[in-house]
Amino acid sequence: MSIRIDRDKCIGCGRCGIVCPGTLIHTDADGKAYMKYPKDCWGCTSCLKECPAAAIRFYLGADIGGRGSALHTEKQGDILRWIIEHPDGSVTVIPVNQKESNQY
Amino acid sequence: MNTEILRTDILIIGGGTAGCWAAITAAEQSDADILICEKAHIRRSGCLAAGVNALNAYITGGKTPQDYVDYAEQDAAGIVRHDLLLSFSERLNSVTEKLERLGLVILKDKDGNYVSRGWRNIKINGENIKPLLADAVSKFPHVTVRNRVCITDLAVKDNRVCGAFGIGIENGTFYVIRANAVLIASGGAAGLYKPNHPGFSRHKMWYPPFNTGAGYAMGIRHGAEMTTFEMRFIALRCKDTIAPTGTLAQGVGAKQINANGEVYEQKYGLTTSERVYGTVCENIEGRGPCCLRTVGITPEQDDSLLKAYLNMAPSQTLKWIERGKMPSEENVGIEGTEPYIVGGHTASGFWVDAGRAATITGLYAAGDAAGGAPQKYVTGALAEGEIAAESMLRFVQENRPAPLDEAEIAAHQAEVTQFLSGDAGSDTTEALEEAMQTVMDTYAGGIGTHYRYSDASLQTADARIRAIEQRTAKLHADDFQSLMYIYELRERLTVCRAVIAHLRARKETRWHCFAEHTDYPQRDDAQWKCYINSRMENGEIRTFRRELTQGGGRNEHPDRP
Repeated sequence: MSIRIDRDKCIGCGRCGIVCPGTLIHTDADGKAYMKYPKDCWGCTSCLKECPAAAIRFYLGADIGGRGSALHTEKQGDILRWIIEHPDGSVTVIPVNQKESNQY
Repeated sequence: MNTEILRTDILIIGGGTAGCWAAITAAEQSDADILICEKAHIRRSGCLAAGVNALNAYITGGKTPQDYVDYAEQDAAGIVRHDLLLSFSERLNSVTEKLERLGLVILKDKDGNYVSRGWRNIKINGENIKPLLADAVSKFPHVTVRNRVCITDLAVKDNRVCGAFGIGIENGTFYVIRANAVLIASGGAAGLYKPNHPGFSRHKMWYPPFNTGAGYAMGIRHGAEMTTFEMRFIALRCKDTIAPTGTLAQGVGAKQINANGEVYEQKYGLTTSERVYGTVCENIEGRGPCCLRTVGITPEQDDSLLKAYLNMAPSQTLKWIERGKMPSEENVGIEGTEPYIVGGHTASGFWVDAGRAATITGLYAAGDAAGGAPQKYVTGALAEGEIAAESMLRFVQENRPAPLDEAEIAAHQAEVTQFLSGDAGSDTTEALEEAMQTVMDTYAGGIGTHYRYSDASLQTADARIRAIEQRTAKLHADDFQSLMYIYELRERLTVCRAVIAHLRARKETRWHCFAEHTDYPQRDDAQWKCYINSRMENGEIRTFRRELTQGGGRNEHPDRP
């Protein structure tokens, strides 16, 4: 499992690296975040929820069924929008109201 | 290398579920100085990083804490501490209500009662549960949080804890911490065995790969009594993603079926270990792959499941979308994980008294670190954090801190310097970790042997783990993060030795898969209805038996050495 960080979008705030429970994301000489230990990522998605620039994408490795789609989130009030971009350019959006409980 | 000396009344090692709650409790009830040392950052560290979508331990209307004790006892085939189970069960509902006051969203019916999923689970939106806990901790000025400080060892003299040593993985600092009482809240141990998909996706949600058994290892090295390490936890999970299955099994009533479409659960039994065992057996006998039968659920249920998994294990939702098939269209494959050692699910951990005091004076354990009380889940870990905090407050009022030994400080500093100096040899931390996982998988009952082992295979495992342990002395670290990885490997190796010793000691098969001894394939109540405890003496782990508690009593094991 791992994430990709878009260098052009990254604003260098460092919040992804602070919140990562494995201290896996570091900052390079230009102040941009990069994934230093991709094999140690466990897919918690803490970093991408924290990113104010929507620069981080989570994807599944091919070894566990990944086919190139990439996940990120955007927060709009109480709604956390989970956005999945597919390789063909289409997009799936799943909005989750954080004030509503799971049904299952 | 900088050295920083910190002083505190209460040191909490690990700012996860139990650790944060212990800090909140101690801060509310006293003006004692409280220090949390967390090797990552408390906002998302620990088991709850991605969230959780149900509270699995709650006493619903008409049920009692004793019902929860009975359930946990039955699931563990009797090897539990009744006193510990009862004391956390009595607090499950009060900690839940407090969580709600902190901002956790809990599903309620029109009369304002929590909506349950079965008799002991309630439904929540727990995506933000860890930030809620972290925010609550930050409200107290007398709680200090040191993020990215990894505790590497306890300071113990004459069986009295005096503090701890640590490394700052970002600032390259060596920490000496003087503390009156210390709480081990560092979680359980993952990464001992080779995982499913050991390559690019070697780490998956749910159990944190960053929980290395650090607290156990520190306790073992200093001679703390440990219990039930042979009761490994193997979770039945969604195939590949290792996402939880309870939401499917309990939430939409999905049954475990084999490739012929037959429901096989009843054949093997419904305890946690039997659910894994049945799946292993069906696969061995050629009736796999096994699934949870979700085909036929409604599209509305699909939508709810997609959201439910995003709130705790987003990889599973992504997997459904990547496959282009929703659970209503395709059954969800299941498999067992590699074995973990986790006192929150099974009974492994520190041997503690009713107040969660370990056998080293001034040392306490809560959550995954504390043994004897399985099925804690989130709320049980909170309850134990609360109980331990109250005990520590009494302790620090009655006792003065013990002085730290200068020679011990120097020895720890020298060890850090040693790893950071010199040249890298041919061994790397990652290669030795892989070697350890292969040994455990092959000879100590990993996925590769369908969780089975024999006395002969365990002897091989023990010899090889010791050999790997010796080679860690020559490892080299370029920076403080790689230094942390060396310490983490050594923690895992110490825990492996304890697991092997405990598996060898229990000469029966009480829990299929969790402890599947091929030399002794039957359960033997006459000889083995007892705890197996251990203590490290002169570098060797000595196992011994203790009689079971009978239930109904309080503080049934107050004895300390």
